[in-house]
Amino acid sequence: MDQRSSLTPPPALEEIEAAVGSTDYEVSLVSLNQWQLAWRRFKRHRLAVFGSILFLTICAIAVIGPFIIPFDFYTIPEPLKFCVGSTVLRAASGCPPSINHILGTTGGLQRDLLTLVVNGARLSLTIGIGASATAAILGTIVGGVAGYFGGWLDNILMRIVDVMLSLPLLFVILVVAKFLGGGNWFVVMLVFAVFGWQGIARLVRSLFLSLRSEVFVDAARAVGVNDRRIIFRHILPNAVSPIIVAMTLSVASVIVGEAFVSFLGFGVDITQPTWGNILSNSLSFIPLGNWWWPLFPGLAIVFTVLGINFMGDGLRDALDPRSRD
Amino acid sequence: MLKFIVRRALGAIPVLFGLSIILFAFLRLLPGDPAIAILGQHATPELIARIHQSLGLDRPLYIQYIDYINGLLHGDFGYSIINGRSVLADFALRFPGTIELTVGALIFAVGLGLPLGRLAARHPNGWLDGLVTVVSLFGISIPIFVLGYLLVFIFAVQLHWLPATGQIDPRLGLEPQTNFVLIDAILAGRWDAFVDGLRHLVLPAIALGTIPLAIVTRITRASVIDVSNEDYVRTARAKGLTERRVNSRHIMRNAWLPVTTVIGLQVGGLLGGAVITETVFSWNGVGSWVVDAIQNHDYFVVQSSILIFALIFLLVNLIVDIGYAFLNPRIRYG
Repeated sequence: MDQRSSLTPPPALEEIEAAVGSTDYEVSLVSLNQWQLAWRRFKRHRLAVFGSILFLTICAIAVIGPFIIPFDFYTIPEPLKFCVGSTVLRAASGCPPSINHILGTTGGLQRDLLTLVVNGARLSLTIGIGASATAAILGTIVGGVAGYFGGWLDNILMRIVDVMLSLPLLFVILVVAKFLGGGNWFVVMLVFAVFGWQGIARLVRSLFLSLRSEVFVDAARAVGVNDRRIIFRHILPNAVSPIIVAMTLSVASVIVGEAFVSFLGFGVDITQPTWGNILSNSLSFIPLGNWWWPLFPGLAIVFTVLGINFMGDGLRDALDPRSRD
Repeated sequence: MLKFIVRRALGAIPVLFGLSIILFAFLRLLPGDPAIAILGQHATPELIARIHQSLGLDRPLYIQYIDYINGLLHGDFGYSIINGRSVLADFALRFPGTIELTVGALIFAVGLGLPLGRLAARHPNGWLDGLVTVVSLFGISIPIFVLGYLLVFIFAVQLHWLPATGQIDPRLGLEPQTNFVLIDAILAGRWDAFVDGLRHLVLPAIALGTIPLAIVTRITRASVIDVSNEDYVRTARAKGLTERRVNSRHIMRNAWLPVTTVIGLQVGGLLGGAVITETVFSWNGVGSWVVDAIQNHDYFVVQSSILIFALIFLLVNLIVDIGYAFLNPRIRYG
């Protein structure tokens, strides 16, 4: 791993004067490793910092939110006849945001929308992060093996990747979700992982192909380092940055993908809320003017994806400065 | 050039072959039985056996597969087990709708994305550039159906400017000939129907085209900035060419390359997005047809339609590759 040195931030003027006045002025050299350098570049990227804060806030809400909000997800509220401040009999089709229910209530069971959206965050994020992480591991293994060993193995693996990449992913996911009994969030997550690793496999393969012929790999081999150690200690650490970037961005696309699948009626069932299925349940109420019901889960998705995209953009610039756009 | 095309076309054959095997195995390994899908609650073991026999599902898998491939090579993509219609005929009936939608979205994305990208590239890191970047990242982040319903809510439900669903007002009584609504309207010489078709197309095209719009904008921006820093651009300016001429002949000429590739790559994504858009806008296209087939366990329709989709995807990629090689001679000999 390359060690670069860099100056610490310049000392304040009075410090310099004090130093020059008394003894020798000393420049302290601090060496930063590549992660520290990347962190520096990342911090300078305003949008990326904003995106990370946004995303981490949403994660925090998902983790602690359900303990704080006043309504429990598993108790269904007493049905009301009237909405707060209204005498029109319309509570059954949902109430707009009010003091009691700051995001409004849903139609039908009149659930508190805030409770649903906050609880939905847990599953949506779990599916997004879980599927992306699994896919990244699968893709790294397949791509690494193909790129490092090459030959017929590479050929077979890459043809499989070609075939899977030319499948219309959405349809395949729908088919699997339908036949394996969607409704279960774990199945939905697995489906996204199993059909989401091909892009990363291609990326990792190309990285391994080029790193394999680097001088430091030759050097390692010359001193008798075995394949396993070369892969894990010499090549993989150099390939990690693009993998992290690709994985981050794929979290966003899985969250949107899950929403699509739920929207088309093949996703997780409503006893386990995700942003996707809260949204898809709201759609038949749109003609009634229930704008709040689709709006808030929709915004949750938009902000999460936006946060991740900003963050991924910044990560790419910070970790992998050569590959901008 | 011809050699390049032939080589690329031949390269697609093993992929297609692999696809057919995967799809075939896939649908048979998954739990579920077409006979039960047909019979529903009336299923008895004898009836199930009879249906298996009539569909040929009682034969060994490899014979079924050979039969399937044989059919495919003769242009027989199978029949729906729900209504007995030919998959290919239904596909031909529905596909024009999807093409219209996709082309509409592409025109929106490219027509707006190119100028926006060039505008942002004029002063890199200026406020306009920042605005375009933020807006385009927003565009990438909105799920199609959220945007779709938002558009419907604003422009159809609240403002009544544009129709919410469908491809054309059925009261206009336009006779389908090609199944392309807009082409049918032109063929029939019906100006009113043409305008109505266009009005129906606007919202779905925007919903579907927003993500490609954002991507085209970003790539155009990056590519224009990249080329603007080349030595030959400075030379062109130094020898006194007008800014317009430098832009059109020196910068855009070269900036086009990555942009075309990305536009081509978007077509695959557009076909996927079309499924969602068609559902939101009750658009009569292939996407909603396949979703219905999956919902109804219509095995042969699912199997063949996914294969046709993959075929189209490969074909589009091939055309993009050829187009790219045509524009950039260095690729051909790579």
